[in-house]
Amino acid sequence: MTTVIHTVGQTRNTSGQVKSCSTSLAHVTSSQYLRDKSNLKSRKLTQQSAFALMWLAGSVAVAVLVAIVGYVVWLGAKVITPDFILQPPRGGMAGDGGISYTLLTTFYLVVLTVGIATPLGVAAATYLVEYAGAIRKHRRLWSRLIGIARLGVETLAGVPSIIFGLFGYALFVSALHFGFSLLSATLAGACLILPVIIRTTEEALRAVPNSYREGGLALGATKWQTIWGIVLPTAAPGIITSIVLSVGRVLGETAVFYVTLGGSYRMPTSIMSSGRTLALHVFYLATETHAFDKAMGTAAILVLAIILINLVINLLARRLNRMMKG
Amino acid sequence: MAYKSARLMDRGVKGILLAAAFLAVAIVFTIGLFILRQALPAFSQIGVFRLLSGTEWRPSQSIFGLLPMILGSLLVTLGAIVMGVPLALGCAILMAEIAPRSITAVIRPAVQLLGGIPSVVFGLFGMRVLVPLIRQIPVPSNTGFSILAASIVLAVMILPTITTVSEDAIRAVSGDYRDASLALGATKWQTIVGVVLPAARSGIVASVVLGIGRALGETMAMIMVIGNSVIIPQPLNDNPLTILLSQARTLTGNIAVEIGYSSGLQTNALYATGVVLFLLTILINSLAHALVKERAI
Amino acid sequence: MSEETKLQTDNLDLYYNKFKALNHISVHIPANRITAVIGPSGCGKSTFLRAFNRMNELIPDVRVEGQVLLDGQDVFALDEVELRRRVGMVFQRPNPFPKSIYDNVAYGPRAHGIHNHQMLDAIVERSLRSAAIWDEVKDELGKSALRLSGGQQQRLCIARALAVEPEVILMDEPASALDPSATLRIEELMQQLKAEYTILIVTHNMQQAARASDYTAFFMMDDNRAGTLVEFGPTRQIFTNPRDHRTEDYISGRFG
Repeated sequence: MTTVIHTVGQTRNTSGQVKSCSTSLAHVTSSQYLRDKSNLKSRKLTQQSAFALMWLAGSVAVAVLVAIVGYVVWLGAKVITPDFILQPPRGGMAGDGGISYTLLTTFYLVVLTVGIATPLGVAAATYLVEYAGAIRKHRRLWSRLIGIARLGVETLAGVPSIIFGLFGYALFVSALHFGFSLLSATLAGACLILPVIIRTTEEALRAVPNSYREGGLALGATKWQTIWGIVLPTAAPGIITSIVLSVGRVLGETAVFYVTLGGSYRMPTSIMSSGRTLALHVFYLATETHAFDKAMGTAAILVLAIILINLVINLLARRLNRMMKG
Repeated sequence: MAYKSARLMDRGVKGILLAAAFLAVAIVFTIGLFILRQALPAFSQIGVFRLLSGTEWRPSQSIFGLLPMILGSLLVTLGAIVMGVPLALGCAILMAEIAPRSITAVIRPAVQLLGGIPSVVFGLFGMRVLVPLIRQIPVPSNTGFSILAASIVLAVMILPTITTVSEDAIRAVSGDYRDASLALGATKWQTIVGVVLPAARSGIVASVVLGIGRALGETMAMIMVIGNSVIIPQPLNDNPLTILLSQARTLTGNIAVEIGYSSGLQTNALYATGVVLFLLTILINSLAHALVKERAI
Repeated sequence: MSEETKLQTDNLDLYYNKFKALNHISVHIPANRITAVIGPSGCGKSTFLRAFNRMNELIPDVRVEGQVLLDGQDVFALDEVELRRRVGMVFQRPNPFPKSIYDNVAYGPRAHGIHNHQMLDAIVERSLRSAAIWDEVKDELGKSALRLSGGQQQRLCIARALAVEPEVILMDEPASALDPSATLRIEELMQQLKAEYTILIVTHNMQQAARASDYTAFFMMDDNRAGTLVEFGPTRQIFTNPRDHRTEDYISGRFG
């Protein structure tokens, strides 16, 4: 082969000669190709253009975020005054007044929803991870049921929120006659975030090393003592993350509450009152009263709250990482 | 004594946790069954085929056809995929393979934040910025509220899902493959296209499928920018591209806009809309899960 | 040493960030010979190997001082893509792409712009023959490379490296993940390949170095944990009559 390569070196300058060594034609020409540096330039050029496009995509993504957040916050800042935050909304075509009741309604709804869904979700996840795993081997029917349960949770996590709204409307608003109310909205909202909490908590529990559990059990602690004393505290940052995530989800959700909470801008006086969350308020102001300045102000507050929540989640994630490493 | 009470506690807690798990699962299945039950009268009285293929939706005359909404949902999703997928994949490739860590540290939180922005905010931005811009296009009866506006909004909304999932998939590709390719004298780009992306293929496809699921399920932002007319989308003039300027209504929008004011068969037909949407998203999500699992093996 | 020099380093220093990983390595690697690089773990053998195809650059914060020459040419003056075509590499773990056997071998030539089918067919056959695996796989070139045994995968990786017609093959403990019989086949293959290629192999296995190489370079960590070259010479001399007492200690198993 070395000799052949040698020949290539000679025939390269006198084109056409290559054909004469027909037996190794493919070899000769491929050697030529491989040694030819002329395509190097075009390959590099392709790379540069492709990379430029990727950089463009990244820049567009960041620019879109900056544009949306900037636009909403910039225009919103013009109406955000102490009055806007402290005055109740007064309705009307101009969307008169502020958002004090709206803020309160949002707060109630977040607390109620997360308050119901968290214990249920964390308990369910704890069972699925800590207890259901042990059953697997000897009871086939039971393990199959657990499998179906997991599939159900996974499925619901990907279902559009309007489906939860539809369910909430059918069951709570109409069938149980709760009407458009905080109660209906809370229950529907809890169903919406339940899969989120279960899944995130499951992940957090799975991330706890098995040696921790074995350590607890080896000391003579019961299973629950081990879970309560060791496993859950270790998974706490992950569980808190799931709660914060759900707060964000409830804050940003509109579709579910649009069909379960109604749209009254008044102060909710009981759990059976209708009301508006911030997100719903934005929707009503924009689509029904066309009070866009007030809509921007409300949206700006919503966006700032979401930014805050994201910061908290990132902090928690960093702490979680440090704990898992250290 | 202490031992005994601890034992008792252990059993009690197990029971409580089991009950919680059972309740959670019960809720999951109630949701599906309840909606299905409410939809049954629509399926039996109108007929599944007529419901799905009917081109008109006139509740006042008891005409219920979902085809306009099905087409509306499919068209905006298609538009969102065409615009959003290249952007999202470009972002993912940039973060996983090209950009230095310091730049990735800027883009990743931005993408994450974009995923957390409430859909009404996207809708508001669409109404105030995109719709007026699109209205400038000189085509008769162009209102700006259009499939185009909805697609652009959706493209941005599905970007975080697609970018995050495919970035993970790309990062999960073994470094051995990259080394082998580079050591053969392939350029970095050739390595990405020739080895890394094919190895991450199922994860990337799964991310797109998840994005499709998200696009089909979006409700409020769609209501705000798409116009909500119950029509089969058609080009506004001779140019077939003007179909993008047509108004439309999505399946999700159909439910949200009408459920509060509906009664009788109309309500049932709206539940039927929900069932169609439910089945569609379950189909799409199980496809995505299957793809992700395949990668895990 | 009257042999023709293929690879050469002059006062090569390499740093990971502030940590010095290679300290003043100067060596001439002869052409068409097998040179083994031996030494205890962590002494920079692999880093040294990767200096010749500039793979160290893929790690952030790596800094190189001194010279690395290929045929007397500074490798840092060459384009790294062209350099890596001329200096092929076989890795510790067999790492075929998750593609068919054919596509694995054709990958390099395709990357370098060859798309003609007959040409690719010829390259694939020739490379697989050179890597002594053709007879085992010729009927199933479309099969996934991941379904081959570990030893076959490693020979496929050698074939893949040969397909771009390199002048040098760097082998980073190519047999450490293989069983003894597969190891032996790789060693036989190396003997066949040295007629056309310069082979530089990192190995943990003393017997392998003694059996299969013509020259041996012995590396160790110095007091600052940087890798240094203790001794370089014909393998027979290194193993029977080492000049440096540390080499003797290592080879006779007194430490390492």
